[in-house]
Amino acid sequence: MIDSTPILQVRDLDIRFRINKKEEPFRAVKGISFDIPTNTTVALVGESGSGKSVTAMSILGLLPENAIIAPSSQILYGGRNLAFAPLSDMQRIRGKEISVIFQEPMTSLNPVFPVGDQIGEVLRLHMGLSGRAAKERTIELLNEVGIPDPKLRVRSFPHEMSGGQQQRVMIAMAIACEPKLLIADEPTTALDVTIQKQILDLIASLQEKHHMSVLFITHDLGVVGDIADTVVVMQNGEIQEQGTVSQIFHAPAHPYTKALLACRPRLDRRPKRLPVIDDFMKGDGKPNLEPRTRGLKEGDAVILEVKALTKTFFLKEGLFGKRAVPAVKDVSFRLRKGKTLGLVGESGSGKTTVGLTLMRLHDATSGEVLFEGEDLLKLTDKEMMAYRRRIQIIFQNPYASLNPRNTVGQILVEPMKIHKIGANERERVEMAFALLKRVGLSEASFYKYPHEFSGGQRQRIAIARCLTMKPDVLICDESVSALDVSVQAQVLNLLQDLQDEFGLSYIFISHDLAVVKYISDEVMVMSNGEIVEIADSDEIYLNPKQEYTRKLLSSIPKGLETQAA
Amino acid sequence: MSAILTEKNSIPPPWQESPGLWTLAWRRLLNDRVGVVALVVVVAFISMMLASYAGLIAKNWSKEVGVSYANPVFMAGAENLEARAVTNRDFGTQAAPVDLSDVDPLAPRYKEWDERAAKISVTETRRSETLAFGGDKWGRDVLQKVIKGSEVSIFVGLTAAILATLIGTILGALAGYWGGKVNDFLEWFYNIFTSIPYILLILAFAAVFKKGLDTIIFILAFTGWTGIYRLVRAEYIKHGAREYVKAAQAIGASHMSRMFVHILPNASHVILVQLSQHVVGFIKAEVILSFLGLGVPVDMVSWGTMLAEAQNELVIGKWWQLFAAGASMAVLVTAFSLLTDSLRDALDPKLK
Repeated sequence: MIDSTPILQVRDLDIRFRINKKEEPFRAVKGISFDIPTNTTVALVGESGSGKSVTAMSILGLLPENAIIAPSSQILYGGRNLAFAPLSDMQRIRGKEISVIFQEPMTSLNPVFPVGDQIGEVLRLHMGLSGRAAKERTIELLNEVGIPDPKLRVRSFPHEMSGGQQQRVMIAMAIACEPKLLIADEPTTALDVTIQKQILDLIASLQEKHHMSVLFITHDLGVVGDIADTVVVMQNGEIQEQGTVSQIFHAPAHPYTKALLACRPRLDRRPKRLPVIDDFMKGDGKPNLEPRTRGLKEGDAVILEVKALTKTFFLKEGLFGKRAVPAVKDVSFRLRKGKTLGLVGESGSGKTTVGLTLMRLHDATSGEVLFEGEDLLKLTDKEMMAYRRRIQIIFQNPYASLNPRNTVGQILVEPMKIHKIGANERERVEMAFALLKRVGLSEASFYKYPHEFSGGQRQRIAIARCLTMKPDVLICDESVSALDVSVQAQVLNLLQDLQDEFGLSYIFISHDLAVVKYISDEVMVMSNGEIVEIADSDEIYLNPKQEYTRKLLSSIPKGLETQAA
Repeated sequence: MSAILTEKNSIPPPWQESPGLWTLAWRRLLNDRVGVVALVVVVAFISMMLASYAGLIAKNWSKEVGVSYANPVFMAGAENLEARAVTNRDFGTQAAPVDLSDVDPLAPRYKEWDERAAKISVTETRRSETLAFGGDKWGRDVLQKVIKGSEVSIFVGLTAAILATLIGTILGALAGYWGGKVNDFLEWFYNIFTSIPYILLILAFAAVFKKGLDTIIFILAFTGWTGIYRLVRAEYIKHGAREYVKAAQAIGASHMSRMFVHILPNASHVILVQLSQHVVGFIKAEVILSFLGLGVPVDMVSWGTMLAEAQNELVIGKWWQLFAAGASMAVLVTAFSLLTDSLRDALDPKLK
């Protein structure tokens, strides 16, 4: 399968970024070399900031203005060095011979043009097709990427399609000119597991069919197992290890590769703490894998009981009409004190709405939320204040959930002021300092702004903000979904430690079944606003009773399960 | 960066009051050289206005102290035909008088009148040939006029703009934050205001209220808030749906706190830019109003009325009144724009 002459050779690629005049330029890529052979899939794996996206963008010459490519760098493609190719050459190559798919399909498509026009533009530009020929080819392409009813869908606008379909359109656009190399930059990170599986299968089948090469960039080593032929592992701008997929998965040589493989929660084991990068890079390199038992016991106290919760949204239709869209239908469950209830489902299954409704961030249509016997939905706003403190939420996007204009100190002190926790400002500030330490941030963070932190650190700040109010119940709404697997492991460990320490009860909402399996005692599967199945966490993974649950489970990337423990 | 933020190594012990958002913004502003210069200029203009209002300077602006169109001191030698035309000093000497005493019936009484006239002492004020920055048609000092004029112009421009921004921000915040019925009502209110032609609306207000400075301010503020309202409303709709606002609700922050403590600083850039644009716009609007006869009364001076006078003077080459009013306006407006720009940057911690 692997041809002798690589389609693209990267040699001593060295990229720096000028930050400002005073500082030394930041070295993002430190002289790396690797090949992309013809007709193969190469996976470039690494955490945020490892330089993997910078490497990919340098191939297309799409680096920002402040990037400096060292003169010794070579990106050899068809006998030319793309690192210093003139713009006119690059424009001929981009989209035609090397094309790219980005992470966010919603922002990569132009919202004001039908998707057919956007694919057609590529065809007219690079292939010189006439309007009619382009349209016919567009329909063929949409059919090829598995969009149902392509004849109708060419006229659809991006917002009329789901995330998965948008990503299919992006792929159709990328393969429109039969490129020799397809660069996929985290193409599935923003998607649900079931959709992720479909997109991965699609890329694999297209690669085979068109005999093209694929450079697949991801932070999750788990997803590349199924589709990659060779894997390149990057850390801090350097290549730590490269090899065939079986080498990497079965006999990883570098501790960093081992760590990346280990930090993703797995369905077949549940250690007390997830291994993190530091376990491998420092100390004896042997993480503690002592297993933890999960599940409910007889006589666990119930802290929160939800009875027949229903939430219906009303959409405006026409001038006066309203259309009812049921988001949550008759949902009942119990949350035990000190335990974790996992809530799984695809996008649009109503799992986030459940979380927001029982905090009264949305008004429920009907039902009861009994917190220690008191129905929260019947309380007045004033009475609710006492309970507000006790149920807290951590949102998905740590970039959006912290007010960008406030310092971390202000963010942490505000809830204590509102709930009159701490006798005076000094006491509150001291508590904030203690909490920052507890979630693993330095005290200097108190004076910084959210934008100065990475995603994982911001999520720690959000957790610290909740802890200021000493809550009993914490709702984690996709709280680790936006994070790299390595950072995800750290945050999950933190959440677990806090539960052990403070006896918190969690409602853990996620679309990632492996994560939910790891952290939950009980798992609830939701689909279209209804509960499909609810059972002990081990039970549901070993003996799924419902077809839907089985479908969800089968779409987990299998790359890791094949690896010996 | 303020002192506290740079000290990464020594963390101040955790017992001091943590500085608020506005305190930190103020510190950042003081570190911005352009911002500080702009602030000084704006403050200087405002103190000039206040001093003039208190009667400390430019009290005698309306005294005709110089000859008509007196030259500025730095061009004292320039010919001033207008002043000579007005004083008529040369007429008597130019032609030899014709003796008409044999036909003039009043001739015998001239002598008597001359004697009586000599008894009345006429103190003619010595009009100055040059003034600090020249004089206008009636020989008033342009420099004093500019200072006195700032009183009306800055006061009207600033207060009206601040008032309009206040109305627009509060209504926009209410509409954008609450949505639903509140939004519907305010949109309806807004539509009424925007559907009436601007000048017509001003005329209607002017007809109802008595003439004066407060009326001008009221008219400008009451007709100028609409654009700000729309922009602020949009910002509030955008930010209201953001997770940090939901997070604030989850920690129990009240509606007022969410609207004005959490969202307002994030919408402040829009409000500040609008404020600076409206100050400029309103200083100019006062000119138009004065031109239509709805502005300041004739016995007062503003930069607007000075600009209106300057149109005719420019034809005969008397440029200083135009320059004085125009330059003061330009300096103030530029300083004010730069100040709001710096303020916007100071409020955004990402741009420190």
